[in-house]
Amino acid sequence: MSVLEVRGLGVDYDGVRVLERIDLSVAAGAFCTVVGASGCGKSTFLRILLGQERPTRGEVLLDGVPIPPEPMPDRGVVFQKYSVFAHLSVRDNLALPLEIQRARGLGRLFGRARRQVRAEVADLLHRIGLEHAGDRYPGQLSGGMQQRLAIGQALVLKPRVLLLDEPFGALDPGIKKDMHALILNLWQDTGMTVFMVTHDIQEAFQLGTRLVVFDKLRHDPHAPRAFGATITYDLPLRPPQPPAADRPAGPDPAAAAASQPPAPDAAPETGETPDAAP
Amino acid sequence: MRLINQKPSRIARYALGALPFAAVLLIYSVASKLRHMENPQDRLLPSLQQMAAAVERMAFTPSKRTGEYTMWLDTLASLERIGIGMLVSTVLALVLGIAMGAIPRIRATLAPFVGAFSLIPPITVLPILFIVFGLGETAKIALIVVGTAPVMTRTVAQATADVPDELLVKVQTLGANSWQIVTRVFVPMVLPRLIGAIRMGLVPAWIFLVSAEAIAAEQGLGYRIFLVRRYLAMDVILPYVAWITIIAYVLDRAFYLLSRKGLRWAHGEGGAL
Ligand SMILES: Nc1ncnc2c1ncn2[C@@H]1O[C@H](COP(=O)(O)OP(=O)(O)OP(=O)(O)O)[C@@H](O)[C@H]1O
Ligand SMILES: [Mg+2]
Repeated sequence: MSVLEVRGLGVDYDGVRVLERIDLSVAAGAFCTVVGASGCGKSTFLRILLGQERPTRGEVLLDGVPIPPEPMPDRGVVFQKYSVFAHLSVRDNLALPLEIQRARGLGRLFGRARRQVRAEVADLLHRIGLEHAGDRYPGQLSGGMQQRLAIGQALVLKPRVLLLDEPFGALDPGIKKDMHALILNLWQDTGMTVFMVTHDIQEAFQLGTRLVVFDKLRHDPHAPRAFGATITYDLPLRPPQPPAADRPAGPDPAAAAASQPPAPDAAPETGETPDAAP
Repeated sequence: MRLINQKPSRIARYALGALPFAAVLLIYSVASKLRHMENPQDRLLPSLQQMAAAVERMAFTPSKRTGEYTMWLDTLASLERIGIGMLVSTVLALVLGIAMGAIPRIRATLAPFVGAFSLIPPITVLPILFIVFGLGETAKIALIVVGTAPVMTRTVAQATADVPDELLVKVQTLGANSWQIVTRVFVPMVLPRLIGAIRMGLVPAWIFLVSAEAIAAEQGLGYRIFLVRRYLAMDVILPYVAWITIIAYVLDRAFYLLSRKGLRWAHGEGGAL
């Protein structure tokens, strides 16, 4: 069953064709990684999946229904930067989604309700490894910690699809490895569908159950801007995980990781990362 | 070592900072003394003792006519005007600025108008304000508002527009409606810039306050300065000018500290002046 379906999608910017003829169907529980040359339209594609922009042609369906033309809680997002709120402490960043859901007026809870919400996010705070930093502001966190927070915040409302645009692009390799372990753990525990754009081809092979490559298929040297990028390769790497409900109970990342055989055509690191604890 | 690499110690910094003040005071005292030696009746450069006596008379002795302490009365009257004026400007700047920065339709409607309005030299509006509102408090407060609100509004509108798109998308994916985006993102995120705008606005606000008081008032710091000017009472004018400067400085520092303490997140590393 596919969660996300893209049909005949095309995007023009001021007459310049950026994307064309994109058809894609993402299965529930997939971890879809996307690579492509800089400027080929990966972020544009993600903005359309978010509902931040409308495609020039084609349509995007989420669970079989066309997405509304604005961002909604069914699609979570983490960008490379500016993904958390600088004026809220780590704990309040995590509480924000719940406060927004429960206080439809001001978007702010007080007293007991506020304490309740903060208690509810304590577990998530622990999972993203920031319990000791709960009262700090994002400006006082390292880049890796900020991205952990951003991922945690995006997961509070349990979106159907998590969209990531180079979320680890600004992090150094050691931190990146921790982040890979974190995102895989969260992905396995929640059974959600992940769609991740990256520049790091190794990362793409390592994390994804499916790798999608964006590139220009056609090229006219006399009119270099006449054709847009499309999906040129679509490699299955591993089977997507079954929906959370169908899996044996107990969030055991090691077991879940073991059930995913490394794909034969993947980079050599493929097998070892999923069970590396953060 | 190169001059650009020589950093004074903490104590040296304070001493160096105090130097220009001490120098001005010294030069003034000497000049005043010289003039008084020539003409004991000199009014142009009153001695420090004469000024102290004037302060004693204005601030700590009840006025013979009314039984009130003139300088405090003036101070209260002026602070009330500038306080109400800046409050109105702040509310206008916050409401209009966020509306303009956040809602494209409102920006399209108001931005050219606010831009044009901010170019009117406020002081030229003063006669109109006196005619429309009479010579009472309203006209003086209105002048402060006219003189500060447009620029403050533009600052807040810019701060609102500067909130990264990523954050607006993010908060929408968290299910926020427009009003929640205002209360949870725009208002808190523009507060530091709003406080900056208030600090910047206070500078012209004092000019407009004193101007309005000079023209029509019964009390107020500006009123007093222009009143005693007729008698060449430099012994009153100079302490009043110093007093206004002190108040302005304290207000500025207070807003700065408010921002530092209340909005810690906005003062990460470095810290502005
Ligand atoms: N709002 C816009 N108006 C006009 N052109 C745009 C706009 N946004 C993006 N583009 C163009 O669309 C193309 C794709 O941009 P996009 O940001 O999607 O690329 P990308 O694949 O994400 O690149 P990178 O890997 O560097 O992040 C670029 O050529 C860019 O100049
Ligand atoms: Mg991009």
